Amino acid sequence: MIPAIVLLAPLLGGVLAWISGRAGRLWVRIWPLALLVLDFAALLAVWIGGNPDAFHEGAYSFYADLIVPWIPQIGVSVHLVLDGLSLVLSLLAVFIGIVVILVSWKRERDHEGFFYFNITLVLSGVLGTFLAVDLFLFFLFWELMLVPTYFLIVGWGGERRAPAGFKFFLFTQLSGLVMLLAILALYFIHGGSSGVYTFDLFGLIGTPMSSRTSFLLMLGFMAAFAVKLPAVPFHSWLPDAYVEAPLEATILLAALLSKSAAYGILRFVLPLFHDAALAFAPVAYVLGVLSVVYGAVLAFAQTDLKRLIAYSSVSHLGFVLVGIFALSPLALQGSVLQMVSHGVATGALFVVAGFMERRLGHRDLSRMGGLFPLVPRLAGAGVALALVALGVPGSGNFIAEVLIVIGTFQASPLFAVLVSSGLVFSVVYALWMIQRAFHGRAAVSGSLRDLSALEAAGALVMILVVFWLGLHPQPVFDATSRFLQTLQGGA
Amino acid sequence: MSSTELNALLPLTAVGAACLVALAGVAVRRNVVFTFVVTILGFAVSGAALFASSGAQSVGGLLVIDPYARFFSAVLLASNAGVALLAFSYFRSYRENREELFILLLLETLGGLVLVSAVHFASFFLGLELLSVSLYSLLAYVRTRKASFEAGVKYFVPAAVASAFLLFGMALLYDAAGTMDLAGVGRSLARAGSLPEGAVAITGLVMVIVAIGFKLALAPFHMWAADVYQGASAPITASLASVSKVAVFALFFRFFSGIDLRASALVGWILTVVAILSMLVGSWLALRQRNVKRMLAYSSTAHLGYLMLPLLSGGRAGAAAAAFYLVAYSAATIALFGVITALSSVDRERDDGAELIGLAWRKPFLSAVFIAGLLSMAGIPLTAGFMGKFYLLTVGVGSSLWALAAALVLSSGISLFYYLKLVAVQFSRQEAEPHGPRTPLAAGFALAVAIVLVVGLGIYPGPLANAIASLAL
Repeated sequence: MIPAIVLLAPLLGGVLAWISGRAGRLWVRIWPLALLVLDFAALLAVWIGGNPDAFHEGAYSFYADLIVPWIPQIGVSVHLVLDGLSLVLSLLAVFIGIVVILVSWKRERDHEGFFYFNITLVLSGVLGTFLAVDLFLFFLFWELMLVPTYFLIVGWGGERRAPAGFKFFLFTQLSGLVMLLAILALYFIHGGSSGVYTFDLFGLIGTPMSSRTSFLLMLGFMAAFAVKLPAVPFHSWLPDAYVEAPLEATILLAALLSKSAAYGILRFVLPLFHDAALAFAPVAYVLGVLSVVYGAVLAFAQTDLKRLIAYSSVSHLGFVLVGIFALSPLALQGSVLQMVSHGVATGALFVVAGFMERRLGHRDLSRMGGLFPLVPRLAGAGVALALVALGVPGSGNFIAEVLIVIGTFQASPLFAVLVSSGLVFSVVYALWMIQRAFHGRAAVSGSLRDLSALEAAGALVMILVVFWLGLHPQPVFDATSRFLQTLQGGA
Repeated sequence: MSSTELNALLPLTAVGAACLVALAGVAVRRNVVFTFVVTILGFAVSGAALFASSGAQSVGGLLVIDPYARFFSAVLLASNAGVALLAFSYFRSYRENREELFILLLLETLGGLVLVSAVHFASFFLGLELLSVSLYSLLAYVRTRKASFEAGVKYFVPAAVASAFLLFGMALLYDAAGTMDLAGVGRSLARAGSLPEGAVAITGLVMVIVAIGFKLALAPFHMWAADVYQGASAPITASLASVSKVAVFALFFRFFSGIDLRASALVGWILTVVAILSMLVGSWLALRQRNVKRMLAYSSTAHLGYLMLPLLSGGRAGAAAAAFYLVAYSAATIALFGVITALSSVDRERDDGAELIGLAWRKPFLSAVFIAGLLSMAGIPLTAGFMGKFYLLTVGVGSSLWALAAALVLSSGISLFYYLKLVAVQFSRQEAEPHGPRTPLAAGFALAVAIVLVVGLGIYPGPLANAIASLAL
């Protein structure tokens, strides 16, 4: 039952918010917030008190396992599992959800009930991808995230929201359909050879097929994941969507939706197509390194703060791609840690960018400067997060990226060297951002309101989480190691 | 004719009887409410008769009332019941005679019912003509409006030519097979299906395909669609888009299930090319339309192209996939044209894309229905259209129709452009005149049922999946 509760709690909050939309602006926020907090508590309780070996499925073990037949005629069931990896990522998702609700607390907008409904629907979709192990169900959640995200962009986005929303939808939907073809092909190959037609991941693992078929099917999956991650050169939807989306949707996109792609590679591509993934690794390295370098270079060239963070995000996620395909214990752990740490850090960076935009009325770096004396608390948070982005020792990003580089070195020294260049590039754009925004001559006359106590507390909590991940990452490693160990042996 | 045969025919006789009662009513005293109630009752009795019967019963060698026929009959009845509700709302301010509209609607349904149960060229042609002739008059029903009259004529001319093709094709097939029974024709094609010895039969078959292609507006026989869709009144367009296509496709599928396409590779190739052309041309042309009805006309061409996947793969899985897709397609069609109907009145058709600006904020219910319909057409999860497309891809991949599956994905990608454009427009914050009266009750009811079907079948497709699992021919 636990996975279903985790999955449905945000949605329930959203439905209640939508219903109470006319009752006033308070309940619209309280319902989703309350249910997300409960969800978070439930997940924490499972982490602390649950037994990670309570359920087994082949070599895999879970805290919780739920199977309900859904469309038995074609072998589709609602199969949700909660293991260490999905637990950690679900916690991230719910945490970011809470942040999003709090960030938008004071912001007034039209049709708030529907707005919060969409936010929680995105969260439920993301949680669904983290929990589902039925390929049909996974695909459903994967596509389901798009619709509310699209609504958020076109309903409440910036000036050029319609084309931005459309581009996002088109890229992810088309690549998703390619994945669907691969899923169906796998379904028939498995059904043809074993007589059992099922979409269940654990039934499909180990399906005998030629290495050529396996490679093609893996490419189908990777098409969807590479677009949503995104890996250069499939990233062109990202800057527009991130910039035009309302702040809340940007945070969801950057912190969570990209993680669902990395998670998909870990959960589905590696177990289902282990050998093909090994063969694909050089390509993945190239894509990853390209993302790291190209993202960093583009981030440096931006004057729009949101766009800068968007490209830095591409750069950081390149590390994840390289780390996953290096398939060594260290690199895998680094990748998972990077997913969590980058989720929190980028979310926090966008929150700070939102604070700045709300005060300045724009987010153009060339018209900022000298903010430090004016708004010390805001600037302090900004500087701390920029340092995290450049991988300051002690932060989660630092540990994660170092682990990925070391882990990759065992597999391919060349790409380890290349990907580590990202550590240098990130210093350039992060410091440049600090300098442009906070130092130098004051570009703003008059006074600006500094962070309120609540805002400062929120930013501080996120920063503390990132540093906690850096100084004491062991709980994350412990939680995910069981699953990651199964990846290396091959299925 | 035996009494079991008469019993089996009850769904058809119920609609026919409703037609007679309505005609008699008009002869005594005109009352549109009476005619409307008789129409709905006719559909209801016919539907109840469908549910009450089971098994397969052949009627005089012309018709067979089997689960397949019953399923598609139910789809037709439900669609046209929705159309009747919409039409009742739409024509409430029409000052000329309204009763004949419902009588024509009943006749059109009867034609459709004959088509989906036809197993013989005679009943095939009879059903098709009954359907088409009713549609000519329905399309041109608002004779005071030029566009409506134009729509009637523009449908009439190609449809008449198509009928000529059909008759000629049937004659050639009869010459080759010596029988007009659909199954018999299929068997004879399997024996002499390849060129050159089967030249006569194949020519006949291709001519039949051309005729059906016209009716379904498959590319390259799609030219008439946009003007006709645009010119006709919105509820009538809904009927044209759902009922006529479902009925003709159901017959098409039944006909082809008896033909082994492996025996005549040429016909398989022709259908593949027609399918890919329909998907791509349909989507491409839909992209360039600003009028919602014109857009839906071309997008319908693409959807019928998708349906060639189950047609070519055939079998039990193919029938199930086609059935699911057609249900999803019909529900979404009624939803989309229903919203246009609710926005429009007989005096003014509000079918331009610009009419939808800011609809989500002005009329949330209509907007929700419209968005659900669009997303279903686009095949987004948790809508019926997604499950339908999933079924299609399943049979496509299962039968290794890779070119068609790839074309479907590509066309779906293109289709996002025009479906999402209409979704985005509704969220525009630009102020538009708060036009239109409240949605009339009848239309509102039809729309509510449509959105429940569109979303419900996406979330819980189990019952329908069960119902279509046994549609073997």
